[in-house]
Amino acid sequence: MHGTRILDEADRLMTVCNSCRYCEGLCAVFPAMEMRRAFSDGDLNYLANLCHACGACYVDCQFSPPHEFNVNVPKTLAVARAESYAAYAWPRALSGVFARNGLVISVMAALSMAAFILGFVVAHDRDVLFGVHTGPGAFYKLMPHNAMAALFGAAFLYAILALVMSVRAFWRDIGAPIGGRADGGSIFQAIRDAGELRYLHGGGVGCYNEDDRPTDRRKLYHHFTFYGFLLCFAATCVGTLYHYLLGREAPYPWWDLPVVLGTLGGIGLVVGPIGLFVAKRDRDPALLDEGRYGMDVGFIAMLFLTGITGLVLLVLRETAAMGPLLALHLGAVFALFITMPYGKFVHGIYRFTALLRYAQERRRAS
Amino acid sequence: MQSGALRNSCISLYTKVRNGGSVSKTRNRSGSGVLAGGMSKKYDVLVIGGGNAALCAAIAARRGGASVIVLEGAPKFYRGGNTRHTRNMRCAHDAATEILTGPYTEDEFWKDLLLVTGGQTDEELARHMIRESKDILNWIVEQGVRWQPSLGGTLSLGRTNSFFLGGGRAMLNALYFTAEQLGVEIHYDAEVTDLVIEDAMFLAARLKRPIDAVNEIRATSLVAAAGGFEANIEWLKEYWGEAADNFLIRGTPYNRGSILKMLLAKGVQEVGDPTQCHAVAIDARAPKFDGGIITRHDSVVFGIVVNKHAQRFYDEGEDLWPKRYAIWGRLVAAQPDQIAYIIFDSTVVTSFMPTLFPPIAGQTVAELADKLGLDPVALEKTVTDFNAAVRPGTFDHTLLDDCRTEGITPPKTHWARRIETPPYLAYPVRPGITFTYLGTRVTKEARMLMKDGRPSANMFAAGEIMAGNVLGKGYAAGMGMTIGSVFGRIAGQEAAKHARN
Repeated sequence: MHGTRILDEADRLMTVCNSCRYCEGLCAVFPAMEMRRAFSDGDLNYLANLCHACGACYVDCQFSPPHEFNVNVPKTLAVARAESYAAYAWPRALSGVFARNGLVISVMAALSMAAFILGFVVAHDRDVLFGVHTGPGAFYKLMPHNAMAALFGAAFLYAILALVMSVRAFWRDIGAPIGGRADGGSIFQAIRDAGELRYLHGGGVGCYNEDDRPTDRRKLYHHFTFYGFLLCFAATCVGTLYHYLLGREAPYPWWDLPVVLGTLGGIGLVVGPIGLFVAKRDRDPALLDEGRYGMDVGFIAMLFLTGITGLVLLVLRETAAMGPLLALHLGAVFALFITMPYGKFVHGIYRFTALLRYAQERRRAS
Repeated sequence: MQSGALRNSCISLYTKVRNGGSVSKTRNRSGSGVLAGGMSKKYDVLVIGGGNAALCAAIAARRGGASVIVLEGAPKFYRGGNTRHTRNMRCAHDAATEILTGPYTEDEFWKDLLLVTGGQTDEELARHMIRESKDILNWIVEQGVRWQPSLGGTLSLGRTNSFFLGGGRAMLNALYFTAEQLGVEIHYDAEVTDLVIEDAMFLAARLKRPIDAVNEIRATSLVAAAGGFEANIEWLKEYWGEAADNFLIRGTPYNRGSILKMLLAKGVQEVGDPTQCHAVAIDARAPKFDGGIITRHDSVVFGIVVNKHAQRFYDEGEDLWPKRYAIWGRLVAAQPDQIAYIIFDSTVVTSFMPTLFPPIAGQTVAELADKLGLDPVALEKTVTDFNAAVRPGTFDHTLLDDCRTEGITPPKTHWARRIETPPYLAYPVRPGITFTYLGTRVTKEARMLMKDGRPSANMFAAGEIMAGNVLGKGYAAGMGMTIGSVFGRIAGQEAAKHARN
């Protein structure tokens, strides 16, 4: 028996699946399962995070409901996955945030944006807040660069710390050898598998969403979102380097690297989340962890908000709307950063970690 | 059935054939014209059944230009009969492929078939099937089915058998998807209650529930691909008596053989021994129907098997397990109350595939016997006698090793090791019926033969319903699917050809 009902159910299903093995060619979950005959909590959390929720094993399973064996691996692992985020959350006191995640994320987003707007209003005269600022350093008339860097740097560092501590607990629990370091080959393999979403493909035909016809839409929109996020992050990094190394202050012209990266990334963060939201809305409820709808949509909405406020700020940065828009954009980004370790964002970190473990296991087995 | 009665009850039907998404209406080629009740339109080909053979027939017929309707008696989830539970197909090939480790020639396939059937096969038909199987390997992929290398724990099949990526239901999903794309009309819960056959000629099928207010489907050709009667306990009882009540059925409860029964009753020649079936020993705790592959046990060679009197009854180590697993269903069926127990000890638990149901455990043989409801004294004696008879040897379950017993009956001729390390473990097993062999006799065009030896003009059969032509008895893994795909495709092509003429 395990600590939770969902892990008991996951154990039951893995026992069924391990005596069948028909799905072995569909993804990484089943080959990883076959390397075990019994399943600890950590094993089940590992398999849950290895699952990309493509749905193929549900559509292909002769024992899925209404069969009395009631085998629904995607849904069970989705619930187990979400519960694992809470189980490994650092500090433990904040693991409850995952329970009402949609609410927490939206309150944090609203508070964060409100705080920036309020801060701007309190700190500035009306004509500064609604003034037209152009040229290098325009943004910093509203918020000094050092204040911005300190605030966001601190939020970002906290997010990193919390994520590292959480993943450490996960990595230990999923049976990674004590003191064992991941080898370069496994890391490279895991980066590739994560980067191309190798296992969100239903064994080659695509992912199952609203019916039994597979498509690659979710993969495509996830790529938009993920690479959009990375481009935005790269834009921020390049901007920081420009500032400190070259002494060049934002805003930069539209053709300059931070803006180009940010614009492309922003488009990704608008198109991707919309596509993912529509896919989620239309998805067969049989495959969904409906209890986590708020968490999933909350994260999608945060990414969308970050992207759209950034793009609008870019377009209107030389108008009187710049001040309020900057407050909104910074508010969105700040909320995204501080909620990162306590929302759907962590799925990518845990999945990458699970893929790394899988790559290691495969190497050791071969 | 008189033709007048038929015409009075005849209902017109529009055949919808979707071509590239647009819906067109094809005219009835046989020109039966205006009948009582209005325009009569019928299908070129009616396929009864919904498994591998039926879908291959439907797709082949549709690709041959025919309008096709498929009537699957089961609800959508349970569509496809035993195909749901399959995982591979045995096809001849002259060279290794991406997923097959080496060549498997027509000749070798033929020899294997001869061996497992003990010669009880129709050589012309079987050789034709084997020849055609080579092409099926590619054809089935063109229909959307995807292959993968043999599954973990099935390495002995890596050269001969191609596995379906995702298993039999994934294969079915692909075939249904392709059939729908091609414009095959598919109905579920579409049980056929009667076939109108006159003078070896199929005319119409009656439906239990109307489809679009129609309760009779007419077609120029019939493909019967509706499987065997393994789920029809009453019918099994005709040959097995009350013992059949203790049989578990590995597939869906919809494999009732009603189409087979109708065809045989209406003059089609039968083939195959009605008492023959593919039966394995499966866990006695499995559901009555549709437990599928996961209720099987691979542990027989690692222990001993006793009946309800705690007595051994057959050599557990006669031959390699892949060659012997299919006899144990019949062996258990012959035991009192059709129950047996695989007894082993804790040293071998990781030697076979993990099982769905956990073994029943006891710290002593007597405690185990007690939990199984066996006589403890009798089981202790059986185990003690067995242990005393075990000769020393070098254990290797991958070959016929020299671990055997001496001085007991029946002997265990290989892999015999003492059962002496607690906890003592057991799986209760019952006969699990996979499929039956009684069927309709066909020609190599998959055309049914009538009792008087005449071939039917327009009735074809494919799959389990005619497997007895090839398999008089015995079985080798993946052959059922070969019969289904090969004769399914042939039946579909021939049915379409007949409809065109």
